[in-house]
Amino acid sequence: MYLNIDNISKSFQRQDEQQLKALENINLEINEGEFISLLGPSGCGKSTLLSIMAGLSKPTSGSVRLENNIITEPGPDKSMVFQEPALFPWMSVKENVTFPLRKNFSKKEQEAKAAEYLKMVHLSQFAENYPHELSGGMQQRVAIARALAMDSGLLLMDEPFGALDEQTRQVLQDEVEKIWLDTKKTIVFVTHSIREAIKLSDRVIIMSARPGTVISDFRVNLNRPRQQKDMAALEEDVMAILKTEIENVMKEELQYAGSR
Amino acid sequence: MPVVVKRILFFVALILIWQGIFLLGIWPESMIPGPLTVAETIIAGFVDMTLVYDIVASFRHLLIGLAVSLVIGTLLGVLLAKVKTADETLGTMILALQSVPSIVWVPLAIIWFGFTEASIIFVVIIGGTFVMTMNMRIGIKNVAPIYLQAARTMGSKGMDLFMKVVVPASIPHAVTGVRLAWAFSWRALMAGEMLSTGPGLGYTLSYASDFNNMSLVIGIIIIIGVIGSIVDQLIFQRIEHKVLKRWGMEEAA
Repeated sequence: MYLNIDNISKSFQRQDEQQLKALENINLEINEGEFISLLGPSGCGKSTLLSIMAGLSKPTSGSVRLENNIITEPGPDKSMVFQEPALFPWMSVKENVTFPLRKNFSKKEQEAKAAEYLKMVHLSQFAENYPHELSGGMQQRVAIARALAMDSGLLLMDEPFGALDEQTRQVLQDEVEKIWLDTKKTIVFVTHSIREAIKLSDRVIIMSARPGTVISDFRVNLNRPRQQKDMAALEEDVMAILKTEIENVMKEELQYAGSR
Repeated sequence: MPVVVKRILFFVALILIWQGIFLLGIWPESMIPGPLTVAETIIAGFVDMTLVYDIVASFRHLLIGLAVSLVIGTLLGVLLAKVKTADETLGTMILALQSVPSIVWVPLAIIWFGFTEASIIFVVIIGGTFVMTMNMRIGIKNVAPIYLQAARTMGSKGMDLFMKVVVPASIPHAVTGVRLAWAFSWRALMAGEMLSTGPGLGYTLSYASDFNNMSLVIGIIIIIGVIGSIVDQLIFQRIEHKVLKRWGMEEAA
């Protein structure tokens, strides 16, 4: 198995000294080349799980293995795209893309790779621009190019289009799908959009909140590129599962607010 | 009406009012000289080069002192941001020192260094260091966590992470620190020079006062104000604006 998530639990110390269980006993097996979405209401720990996979945070118990190596810290074997573009504003677009390449590649190779990946996200003419000169969607494209430039097998995406408007979001979804078809990377994609998950993924993991657990794990067997009419039935099923979840979260939050 | 025109009209009106008060003759000329006399004094000072020497001397004190204060301030700022114990102890002291007016250091400097340029430079250094320290500290502490996370996922850590991400990310605060350090140093410089034995603008100012040369007193005050605002607006505010724009912290103008 390419990526194994074994019995991951994660608790946070809350301000009032209580333990907040963000994740409880998560087990997943992910195949190489799979496009997998983690879907759930806010607070279900899907971003926490992704950040553990990235090596950015440590699980309270359990482990993540990538090609049988336990992930303990961030590294070149996995790359990540955040909800914010997280570009360095003092660097040009090209310098941002070559940032992860500085140590292992010559100047010439870096240039070539930057050109290649910027072309892939249709930003070739903007290589010399600075991030503040680009729109939000373009910035996120640069972030994707930067992650691709690392050329790791595993690409982790944490609600990458969450802050974008609907049109831009759809265009970027199509681009990511195309990049995935071309590069055959393994993508773990966190989202709270049911449609986005169904449109892009081979497999959707639905998570519940507090504590975050896996409540459903199913494959999406629709032809790509997926059409709205084919996705509708599946969307409704998922909505039904999530509806009770979201209601529970709302109830709990109201109770918590009321008890203070 | 363009801002420039408004400003010119304002200063013209101000000078006219000044001239009017002068012509009314309520106060003797030794207390309120007319604008023309002041202008003549300034021009005479530039023609016989005495004011030029003073300005050059003042800038020499300032640049040496400011440069040293920026280096010390930056290093102290990094120390406070990185070492918690240093922040909790030394940090408190620097915060206290920051609230001590620069002129307070002049008597101490005179005892340590005598009536020398070293005294003035010492006061200038003290004037600029602490404000630079506090800004550098904030700059490094306030680096957006998302930059650090992104850099770490790209394999950057330790010294590389610090030099390539933390330092550049803190530049906007550092630039503000430099601008404030310049402003504080400039004030400290005048305090130091007024109690010195020259040369320098501050020295000539107190010398003119001792000899009741009111037009030179006012002339030098004007020169100090003009230099201060030119450096601040034409140099530092522009740099700050450019940096903030590049760093995405200010809308493009």
